[in-house]
Parts: sequence; structure tokens; C-alpha cells
Amino acid sequence: MITKQTKPDSVQTKESTNTLSQRLKPYWLFLAVILLNLLLGLFQPSLALSSLKTSRDYLWEMLTFIPPIFILMGLLDVWVPRELVEKHVGPGSGWRGIALAIFVGTAAAGPLYAAFPLAATLWRKGAKVANVMIFLNTWAAIKIPMITVELKYFGPPFALLRLALTLPAVILIGFLIEHYVPHSREMT
Amino acid sequence: MFNVILFILALLALSLSYVQSPGKTQKALKIAWTSFIRILPMMLGIIGLIGLVLTLLAPATIQAVFNNAQWWSTALAAVLGSLTIMPAFIAFPLAASFLREGAGVMPIAAFVTTLTMVGIVTAPMEISFFGRRLTLWRNILSFFAAIIIAYIMGRVLA
Repeated sequence: MITKQTKPDSVQTKESTNTLSQRLKPYWLFLAVILLNLLLGLFQPSLALSSLKTSRDYLWEMLTFIPPIFILMGLLDVWVPRELVEKHVGPGSGWRGIALAIFVGTAAAGPLYAAFPLAATLWRKGAKVANVMIFLNTWAAIKIPMITVELKYFGPPFALLRLALTLPAVILIGFLIEHYVPHSREMT
Repeated sequence: MFNVILFILALLALSLSYVQSPGKTQKALKIAWTSFIRILPMMLGIIGLIGLVLTLLAPATIQAVFNNAQWWSTALAAVLGSLTIMPAFIAFPLAASFLREGAGVMPIAAFVTTLTMVGIVTAPMEISFFGRRLTLWRNILSFFAAIIIAYIMGRVLA
């Protein structure tokens, strides 16, 4: 009885400290930056001021283009049907499968690790390893929201040249893995 | 200008989606909102970091780290990109600001490419889905692809 009563208590306190640190954890960089700015302000007030001014400019800059990008991400996520994709990238899908893997990869939203479960599902359901890897690397390197950001900050020569070089590299990596790296679906 | 086009595009897509299915549109907006909230703390931190870095690092210092046509700075930048986990729309302005401050195209291209394609921090997760061998080779091949891409870009855009 006694152990039963103390156990939930200890679990509860553990959970509450966990949620507190979990809630603060994403802000570690922000808190560190504030601390550094305060320290800088003590010794070099003018430098701290120019640092805050630069940050303010970037904050404004980001707030004006991040909302539409996130809306586009959400829409793409909702409207691109995943079951359809899983059916069309299997062995024998050829260039159509590659094109599809690239298309869905570029239309994706979210970080690369969000792609792992979906790509693994595609693989388990019969997608070619080459297509799975092409899909992953497309998601990683050349998704459309990312290209728009790159175009904005680096300009067309940098962004488009990088795109033109990355696209064949992604396809080549897919085929190199398919042909030279031993793999089996049973691994997952 | 870019922002205006993006806003119009997003609004257009949103209204089209709403006409087709209000429910799906609501779901899309929810995804957009939760992604935004999830990324906000890190975004604020990076924005603060951009201010600090640009204030404290003189252009000469940045140029020394991301120096043009130096193989070791390209390699260093590629390793840095592999280790860093950061959304593109946060990392790209930072890298672009380095470029404006006088960094070389080669190391910046290497950094940006490994940042997106190579993930050492997320490798344990990747291994759990694809096994050690596929994860290792995808990351190794992507790393060297990034170096080659950076080399060509450095040569073409210099």
C-alpha cells in the first residue's frame, strides 16, 4: 500500500520537472543569446545595441515571409495523397518512379527526420531503394519551400546552379546505393 | 517584392483549397500553425545569434574561416553543415549574410548542401528506420556530393 502511494507521487514530480525542462529546452539558444547580449551591454553598450538592431531587422524580415511559407507547407502536406505515391514508386516504375519520388520530395514539408517514417513505409510497401533514397535526398535538399528561401537570400545564380547540380547528384546517389550497398527490407 | 508574391501565392492556394474542402484547409492551417509554433523558440534564438555574430565577427574573421578557394575551409564548412541541425529558412539567411560579408562561394555552398543532405545528429533515428549500412552510405555519398557541388559552384560563380 505504502509503495503504491509513493510511486505515483514520485512519478508525478518527475513528470512536472520533465515538462518544465522540456518547455524551456527549445529556448536554450534564445536564453543564451539574451544572456550574451546583457553581458555585452555591460562592457560594450554600443556593440550590444547594434547586435539587437541587426536581430530586429532579421526578425522583421522573417516575419514577413515565414507565414505564407508555412501555409504553403500545410496545404502541400494535406493535399498530396500518400497512398497514391506508395503505389507508383516500386520496382519497374523506371523514370516515372524517379520523377514521382522527386515530385513528392520537392512538395514535402518539414525537416528530414519527418521524412524517415514515410520513406521507410514506402520502402516496406515495395518501393525501390533507389527511389526511397532519391525521395529522402530530394526532401532534404531540394524541396520547393527551401528553394524559394534560397532564391531569396542567395539569388538565382547560386540557388539555380546548386539545384542543377544537386538534382543529378541525388539520382546518382540513389542508384549507387541500389546497386552497390547491400540492403534488405527485413532490417527495419 | 518576393514577399508580396509569396503572400499572394499562399492566399491563392489557400482560397483554392478552401473552395475544394474547408475541412482539409483547416487541417492545413493547423499544420502550418503548429510547425510555426514549434520552430519559433529556435527561430528567436537564431535571430539573436545572427545579430551577435554579425556584430562581433569582423568581416575579416569570417573571411578567414570561410575563405575562398581554400580546400580546408570548404572541408571545415562541410563538416560544420553535417553537424548542424537547423531549418533552411533560418540557416540560409545566416549563410547568405556570411557570403555578403566576404565568405567564399565554395565553403558556403558546401555548408548549405551538407546542412540539408547530411545529418549526423539525426543519424541514430535514420538507422532505426533504414539500418546502419544504408544510413552510413547515404550520408557519406551525400557528403562527397556536397564537396563536388561546392567545388563546381566555386569555380563557376567565383
